[in-house]
Amino acid sequence: MTPPLDDPGLPSPLPRPPQEIATLKRVWWARPGIGLLTAVNNQRIGVLYIGTALLFFAISGLLALAMRAQLAVPENDLLDHGTYNQFFTVHGTGMMFLFAVPVVEAIGVYLLPAMLAARDLPFPRLSAFAFWAYFFGGVSFFCSLIFDAAPDGGWFMYPPLTSSRFSPGINADFWLLGIGFIEISAIAGAIEIIVGILRTRPPGMTLDKLPIYAWSMLVMAGMIVFAFPAVIVATLLLEIERVFGWPFFMAEQGGDPLLWQHLFWFFGHPEVYIIFLPAAGLVSMMVPTLAQRPLVGHDWVVLALVGTGFFSFGLWVHHMFTTGIPQLSLSFFSAASMAVSVPAGMQVFAWIATFGKGRVQWTVATYFLLGFLFIFVLGGLTGVMVAVIPFDWQAHDSYFIVAHLHYVLIGGMVFPVFAGIYYWWPTLTSRLLSERLGKWAFWLMFLGFNVTFFPMHLSGLLGMPRRVYTYPGDLGWDALNMVSTVGSFVLALGVLLVFADMARNALGWGEPAPQNPWRAGTLEWIPNDTYATRSIPRVSSLYPLWDNPRLSREVEEGGHFLPGAPTNRRETIVTSPIEAKPQYLMPMPGPHWGHFLAGLFTAAHFLCLTVQWYWLSILPAVLAIASVFWWVWDLDKGEDHPPQDIGGGWRVPVYVQGPESHSWWAVVVLLLVDGTAFACLIFTYLFLWTVSPEVWPTDVAVLPGLEWLAGGVALWALGAGAMLAASRAVARNRPWPMRIALVIGFLLLLAAAVLQPYPHIQSGLKGADSAYGAAVYMLAAWQGFHVAVLLLMTGYTLARSFAGKLHARRRVTFDNTMLMWHYSCGQGAVALLLVHLFPRLAV
Amino acid sequence: MGRRSGHAKTMGRTAGLAGGLVWLAACDGPQSALQAGGRDAEAILELTLVLFIGGGAIFLAVMALAGYAVFARPERFPGARFWVIGGGIVFPIVTLTALQIYEFAVARRLSAPAGPEALRVEVTGHMWWWDVRYGDGPEQLRTANEIVIPAGRPVEFTVKAADVIHAFWVPGLGGKIDMIPGHANRLVLVADKPGVYRGQCAEYCGAQHALMAFDVIVEPPDRFEAWLANQRRPAVEPVDPALAAGREAFLSLGCGACHTVRGTDAAGATGPDLTHVGGRRQLAAGTLPNGAEALAGWIAGAQHIKPENRMPSFPIADGDNLRAAAAWLESLK
Repeated sequence: MTPPLDDPGLPSPLPRPPQEIATLKRVWWARPGIGLLTAVNNQRIGVLYIGTALLFFAISGLLALAMRAQLAVPENDLLDHGTYNQFFTVHGTGMMFLFAVPVVEAIGVYLLPAMLAARDLPFPRLSAFAFWAYFFGGVSFFCSLIFDAAPDGGWFMYPPLTSSRFSPGINADFWLLGIGFIEISAIAGAIEIIVGILRTRPPGMTLDKLPIYAWSMLVMAGMIVFAFPAVIVATLLLEIERVFGWPFFMAEQGGDPLLWQHLFWFFGHPEVYIIFLPAAGLVSMMVPTLAQRPLVGHDWVVLALVGTGFFSFGLWVHHMFTTGIPQLSLSFFSAASMAVSVPAGMQVFAWIATFGKGRVQWTVATYFLLGFLFIFVLGGLTGVMVAVIPFDWQAHDSYFIVAHLHYVLIGGMVFPVFAGIYYWWPTLTSRLLSERLGKWAFWLMFLGFNVTFFPMHLSGLLGMPRRVYTYPGDLGWDALNMVSTVGSFVLALGVLLVFADMARNALGWGEPAPQNPWRAGTLEWIPNDTYATRSIPRVSSLYPLWDNPRLSREVEEGGHFLPGAPTNRRETIVTSPIEAKPQYLMPMPGPHWGHFLAGLFTAAHFLCLTVQWYWLSILPAVLAIASVFWWVWDLDKGEDHPPQDIGGGWRVPVYVQGPESHSWWAVVVLLLVDGTAFACLIFTYLFLWTVSPEVWPTDVAVLPGLEWLAGGVALWALGAGAMLAASRAVARNRPWPMRIALVIGFLLLLAAAVLQPYPHIQSGLKGADSAYGAAVYMLAAWQGFHVAVLLLMTGYTLARSFAGKLHARRRVTFDNTMLMWHYSCGQGAVALLLVHLFPRLAV
Repeated sequence: MGRRSGHAKTMGRTAGLAGGLVWLAACDGPQSALQAGGRDAEAILELTLVLFIGGGAIFLAVMALAGYAVFARPERFPGARFWVIGGGIVFPIVTLTALQIYEFAVARRLSAPAGPEALRVEVTGHMWWWDVRYGDGPEQLRTANEIVIPAGRPVEFTVKAADVIHAFWVPGLGGKIDMIPGHANRLVLVADKPGVYRGQCAEYCGAQHALMAFDVIVEPPDRFEAWLANQRRPAVEPVDPALAAGREAFLSLGCGACHTVRGTDAAGATGPDLTHVGGRRQLAAGTLPNGAEALAGWIAGAQHIKPENRMPSFPIADGDNLRAAAAWLESLK
């Protein structure tokens, strides 16, 4: 069963059966026309995803041009204050949430399977759902500009400015609901990427042979898992405060505006590295190719990526140096902020040394990479400057920061992505983008960028604050602003040229590209088709195409793993997470309408909530849930084929369950997200207590008795016990005891969820009373939400049982429900312990 | 390639030179952090120069290395992993540690609490103006949008917010501090050079964040005391009947619902105190230079000049009344 991976049986010298390619083509056939909406293939979804992100980049960029036009001269009245404030909010929000994060995930969706020689990502419909939700959400978000209803509270949305008192319109809701839900799609993408990298690598690609780009995406996706829940919780709290008046951020009632800042920046700083690391990963792939030698200090660069991931969670307070936090805490965050420049420096020197040790190929990508080095190093140095607390007291919220952040983000992310567009474009159309147009575009962008943003360092130090729609003419800022405005149009012209080049190429112009135009060493340059590579290569080094020049040919002749579609459907090999040994053959879902409709209806649901059609919003919610059930119903097929021969002497099953299943991994990652969100709620409770202990009960007598705690914990424990009983019944193939245990168990959970807030309601506590009431009921509401999700999951599990799709050898769906179930029980018990014991201890 | 890079180098040099000239020419301005008017701003300016020179040198060195790496033949490029460890780990750790020691010393000095000799001023940020109070108790003195302080003596600002988050920033005198509802933050500044320093709200605070500025006027100690004594006096009784008519117009318009003018019946507290409004340099939080005409324009068209601000426009049909009220306000020095 497990021959060694260095088996000399590969590549197989035998000719392949002629119908194999036809079968592959048939099962991976992509529907044309309107069928594009049903597409799930990562090559198609990836392109749509990148294209949409670039569209949103262009729209956000146009807003920036309008702002620069307004600021070209002092006391200009091109844009009024309201329009300008909406423009800068939508520009920042659009660039961060609708361009930067989506585009790096989109590039991952497009490139990762090719780099890992997998036929697709492990959850193709999930990626497609994430894309459509993002697409519809993003389009409606930008449309809010047309109706003068766009958010105008800044991309950081600080309360109390964004509270219902100071922003009564639906503008802020567009941000909170629109962006809040698009973050869900970012999390879906992160789960996909983590499981994809850890479980769908080609046999033999042990972790130490993982391409750097995949490392960067793994770290980035891990950061999304731990960072995004914080902003989702923050938006949830603010939306609840706006609708129900629970005073999380209202100082008069024991809330604190700083709670938002902590949660927002706990997400917001890692966010910067979520954007930068994938770009750094792209650079680490391109530089070795363009220098024609392996990356210098490969292991150090991996270490730097992982280190950045860790450090980035310890920096958030450097956005809050001027909030009056005590000096000692500030010093810690100042030191951490400087420390994070170490891994960035390691990568910069690794790239420089790789160029130094290699012979550089001069192509457009090289130009963009060198431009990136220039801009990013400068941005990194100003980053060290603003980590210096006293300097930040001057620079904070001035144009110096505008300069710094654009140097880091445009330098650190946009230039590498544009280099990547020129570099990887041939994998898309098999034609090269124009070298001539590309170099023009580069110089326009590079000079335009520096002319725009370099003067801003100075205007900031001359006292110009950010986010002002106008300024007086006697402060010495006029010339600098005019220069910046001129530069911004030059930069935009460069971007336009790249778009024109891409359009021209997509329409059929452009020089045909050789198979591997830059002579790269990694797997994405193996010839591929709709079914990805013809066979999945056995990998034994970091640069397989350099170490085995015949590899492309061997793969194309079907000499490696899985040269066909043995079960006559889409499938890829799942390998073990560290050693990359083949484990099973995963059937992959094909085109479907379910995920598309789910994305559409989810967006519609949130749009209804935004415009306050609360009752109507139920309809798309129900339709979205129904669409999800429709899309997953024919998955979890069970062992419907005997183990298959995938080549190299390996015969692997087509179905596994339990911790080996990729589905189990995805749910575990989802629970990490969930747990982080819960941790943010606990933080909220404790933080508000430290700020306003006076609104917490000072008399134990007013608290619900400890019998409520004991009873509640007992109910959660009994609920978990019922699930264990159900699980045992599944294992013994006894459907009725399983169904009964599930129903009883669910009723126990329901009782526990209802009884959690009950004694507080009895005692007369209200959520709108104080920060204490808000925090207590928020924990209860969170638990109620979980029980609602479990209602859907349990109902679905029961439905599968009645449909005969659930038994001892086909229980992946059941196990997923069980994981969520046990997690929720544990979470409920922790919430009860906190709410009942903490006030008693704190008195 | 050589030709193009040569061209880029010349361009870079020209740009550098031009940049330097702009720098020199542009440093002064009433709101510049590069023109220090006190010891706090000076300490930060010195730190800024250290950071710029150090950062600039590192930038040039790294770019030179990158240029050499790209253009030199591979066999002539020395070291490989040496750069990753030496340049990426050892060098930053050494320099950053040194920087931290320097930084913490400066930060500690700047955030030290003020002694008992300090002047205490409380500033509250409103959408979109500044409420300023000197001292406390019945002796408390209230003014708005302009802060007069003595040179050479520490001033401890206690900053608060009445509605949303604002930030108090006078670049010529030192760093900024946020004004957050529910918090009372403190900032100690020492101004050395008498003069006018412009300050501005640095935290985005809604529609008119751009028009929320103020002046800090640094006076020699004796002139400061004289100013303080004058401020303590209520508004003078107008002798000129035109001015008395202006006062009547002011009161009959209902301005007293929001504004206080000590010595009259106007005792509203939601808007700026106008007892000595005529003595201030600017109107409407740095929006207009002060004067009788500006006052009249502001009363008639506050919503046009600064849309969405809390003061309604008073479209007074009777131009005489309007001018009289403005003239009286202007006389309140």
